[in-house]
Amino acid sequence: MNKKQLFSGPFLAFILCGTLVPLGVIAFYGLTDRSGAFTVDNILSIATPEHAEALLLSLGLALISTVICLLLAFPLGLILKDSKLGQKGFMVFIFILPMWMNFLLRTMAWQVLLEKNGVINNVLGAIGLPALEIINTPAAVVLGMVYDYLPFMILPIYNALIKIDKNVIEAAYDLGANYRQVLSKVIIPLSLPGIVSGVTMVFVPSLTTFAVSNILGGGKVNLIGNIIEQEFTTSFNWNLGAGLSLVMMIFIIISMALIEKFDRNGEGNLI
Amino acid sequence: MKKTFKGLYLALIVFFLYLPIFTLMVLSFNEGKTMNAWVGFSLKWYEEMFNNRQIMEALGNTFTIAFWSATIATIVGTIACIGINAMGEKKKSIIMGLNNIPLLNADIVIGISLMLTFLMFGISLNYGTVLFSHITFCLPYVILSVMPKFKQLQNLTYEAALDLGATPVYAFFKVVLPDIMPGIISGFLLAFTMSVDDFVITHFTRGAGINTISTLIYSQVKVGIRPTLYALSTVIFVIVLVVLIAINIMSNKKKEKNI
Repeated sequence: MNKKQLFSGPFLAFILCGTLVPLGVIAFYGLTDRSGAFTVDNILSIATPEHAEALLLSLGLALISTVICLLLAFPLGLILKDSKLGQKGFMVFIFILPMWMNFLLRTMAWQVLLEKNGVINNVLGAIGLPALEIINTPAAVVLGMVYDYLPFMILPIYNALIKIDKNVIEAAYDLGANYRQVLSKVIIPLSLPGIVSGVTMVFVPSLTTFAVSNILGGGKVNLIGNIIEQEFTTSFNWNLGAGLSLVMMIFIIISMALIEKFDRNGEGNLI
Repeated sequence: MKKTFKGLYLALIVFFLYLPIFTLMVLSFNEGKTMNAWVGFSLKWYEEMFNNRQIMEALGNTFTIAFWSATIATIVGTIACIGINAMGEKKKSIIMGLNNIPLLNADIVIGISLMLTFLMFGISLNYGTVLFSHITFCLPYVILSVMPKFKQLQNLTYEAALDLGATPVYAFFKVVLPDIMPGIISGFLLAFTMSVDDFVITHFTRGAGINTISTLIYSQVKVGIRPTLYALSTVIFVIVLVVLIAINIMSNKKKEKNI
């Protein structure tokens, strides 16, 4: 063995102590009861109506948010790619900038805007329009998710789009394709890796969040993340919380496998 | 027609992205306590914010944790890349696979699993546990930023340095380090921002007394938002804006130089 390989020792220690052992510990808690005896009850409890409903709602809202982000970000990426503005880098910067701001502050801002006596309703009231009552509903949570995670969809899609060789697109036009055909046969397939990593980066945090649903859902929208968090901070049933986390991990793995299937090139760029 | 539609689309998304941020900005200068009416211009929420011990402590914690975790992760990660680079293909791909686990895993699972591990081994949650957790999730970003630079590196220059009588350490600092520096810097910046932005992992691994900006905001939003948070939000936005513009200008200048 090459002595140089020893340099990776500290890193491997962090992987072992900070990733592998904790995954083992969470699996241990998830598969035991309070006395430490083996049980699968924590896993099976996902089937109880309360938990199943939360999981389904999480999957639904995460899916809706991801689709909305994709529908907003893809045309945006196309426009930015085609724009002949001299300050293209600056334009992209404007769309990415909110990503660097603390996401709790950004979520809080929507609470301020959407509240019953919030800014939006004050403006609507002043011009004689009916009040918007979406705070503490799933719609507000979706809005928050889209707002928080949209830049994570814009960045990889834009990066994939600008990498497409202009000649390929021109060749398609020369060969008689119309805009729709170019879009569906050339641009979308070539930007697929970007779309895939964007979808992953929006779907996973949306599926597992508890902060967004807590702030904008006002305790009325219970996602699987909220249920798990409550097991650790209020109910103190760690075994159940760990078991539900394992179930959630399975769903993350399944959805990523599904997403990866669309990525024919298999090179989703994570960052 | 098509052009105006495109412009309108861009404008709408910019409006959507910035409306909440600018609303908080305007409200932070409002003298009144509620968000319903504009009472008058005032800087009192800024004064209250800077005098608020909790907020200042949380700000301090956020940046010291980010600085130390990014620094340690950058050093450990860069050294690790030397080792990984010396490995065979099979070993390398196994390690890169392990490196991907924290990147793909959900924050809530990372946070809970670390918390359970600390408590299982009798480690009480405090500043140190938060720091350790942050180093753990920052490391993969450093590895992913530095590893590609090693691949581009030409081993010949390093060997030439050795042939010319340099010690391996001297050759590393004189020949290898300058070449991989851009990767190290971007890894550090990425790790730093990930650490500053983290809420979920800190939420589970912090002890009762430790707050970062994120955990402080979360606990305050639950009991009722005070305008001091609007002031905090504005200050953070301005800091982020200035830092990012400075980084952009610096990297642009560097590019010009290289050309």
